[in-house]
Amino acid sequence: MVCDGRSMNPLRYLHQRIAGLGAMGLFLIHVLRVLPAPAARAGMLAKQIVHIGSRSMGLMLIAGACVGAMLSVQLFDTLTRFGSPSMLGAAVAMSLIRELGPVLAALIVLGRAGSMLTAEIAGMRASQQIDALTCMAIDPLAYLMVPRLLACVVSLPLLTALFDVAGLAGGALVSVLSFSGSASLFIDSAANGIVADDIRMGLTKSLVFAALIAWICLGKGYLGTALRGTEDVSRVSADAVVIASIAILGTDYLLSALMS
Amino acid sequence: MPDRAPPAIAPIVDATSITMSLGGRTILEELSFQVARGEVFAIMGASGAGKSTLLRTLAGLAPPVTGHIRLFERDIYALPARELFALRKRIGVAFQGGALLSALTVIENVELPLRLNTQLDPATIRIMAHLKLELLNLRQVDHLYPSQLSGGMAKRVSLARAVVMDPELVLFDEPAGGLDRQNAAELDALILKLRAAMKCSFVVVTHALDSALGIADRILIIADGRALALGTPAEIRAQDDSRIATMFGRMDAALPAERTAYLDRLTDGL
Repeated sequence: MVCDGRSMNPLRYLHQRIAGLGAMGLFLIHVLRVLPAPAARAGMLAKQIVHIGSRSMGLMLIAGACVGAMLSVQLFDTLTRFGSPSMLGAAVAMSLIRELGPVLAALIVLGRAGSMLTAEIAGMRASQQIDALTCMAIDPLAYLMVPRLLACVVSLPLLTALFDVAGLAGGALVSVLSFSGSASLFIDSAANGIVADDIRMGLTKSLVFAALIAWICLGKGYLGTALRGTEDVSRVSADAVVIASIAILGTDYLLSALMS
Repeated sequence: MPDRAPPAIAPIVDATSITMSLGGRTILEELSFQVARGEVFAIMGASGAGKSTLLRTLAGLAPPVTGHIRLFERDIYALPARELFALRKRIGVAFQGGALLSALTVIENVELPLRLNTQLDPATIRIMAHLKLELLNLRQVDHLYPSQLSGGMAKRVSLARAVVMDPELVLFDEPAGGLDRQNAAELDALILKLRAAMKCSFVVVTHALDSALGIADRILIIADGRALALGTPAEIRAQDDSRIATMFGRMDAALPAERTAYLDRLTDGL
């Protein structure tokens, strides 16, 4: 077993991993405990929503439109084979709202904002800013983590909705331009094909993914007690993105299985 | 090492038999000392002697392996979280690198403890923060971000933030670290100015003997993880220990007279 360039006893490695998981669990419990703390002021929350959410909007529009267009191309072929190309709108909408929208929006937010969150918190840990807060009798969990967690939970479902709308627009555009379909037929099909459960599933997924991104990215940054410099900070950020990506995909399967 | 009698009134810091380890290595062993109210107490030692770790322990950030730290007659590592939280409001900590919040300006950094720990209105908080900045000659940089400050300024802002709540005890990690002689002397003078103005105690960690001699009422010298000497500057100077003699020999050769004069001028009338 190799860790940090040195070989490590597998048992010790396992012990460290389990201890790390335990620390992450405790971190989550402590953050949830201070969730209503006054340090989570509206101003801080708004700043973080701008930081995490609004700066990802353009990315969501472009990525959503591309994914919707791709889905249109792929699904038109399949549906034509089964004699129901008129169901294109419903198929694109279901794929986006139930599955691809929440997952891809979460992965985009993770790549853009999640890594930034980890680097920011890990940098604060390395430069003793978190210790300074503690010494000022300011709970760093309430002051730093809660606004960021809430901003993720508020932003991601809205960004996912934006991704879905852009995806539907991209899908409709391809349907009109490439397959001589009608935009109104596509929209009617999409509207008729979607039920409340689809939207509930998409919303639940994006809320859970947001909490996962915040938990893993903030926790990895906060718990990096032995951070020495920029190299450690970038390593922790990369770790957080990898772990959160796997967690999102694994949880996506679980939620799909549970809610279908 | 001279075993000095504890101060007549209850000490503000009472460290008993502190043993600390870092990465499995014992760095401090059976260290005991007390700090009296209003005293400037310097902890000295070579780089890596465990001075900063000891300061973190005093600040309640790193529990000792064995021993007790009593601040204001309370064992800080036996206190419930809520009481420790309340006790922290009576302590100010200035970190070596400043540890200023990079997203906030100088004035916002200094205001932060007041904003989150008091019910004062924003205008009063601004006035109080400005008073402290003026005391530390920082009024002109209040709108800057930490990244725009020099090392000396960042340390002074960190000190302003540490004293903004009018603490009874200030812990200061390496005031002279990374500064030229003039900036270090200026910071030393500010420590004395603050002590005189606020009647608070200072525990200062430093590796600069001239700085410790200039400001401290008593000095603790750590070597090889143990207390090598503890006493007033005059008592330390009189110690019959080759390591201390070497330290003083180096300092006497290096200490320019103008620095002493500069310190005297700045502290004149305190």
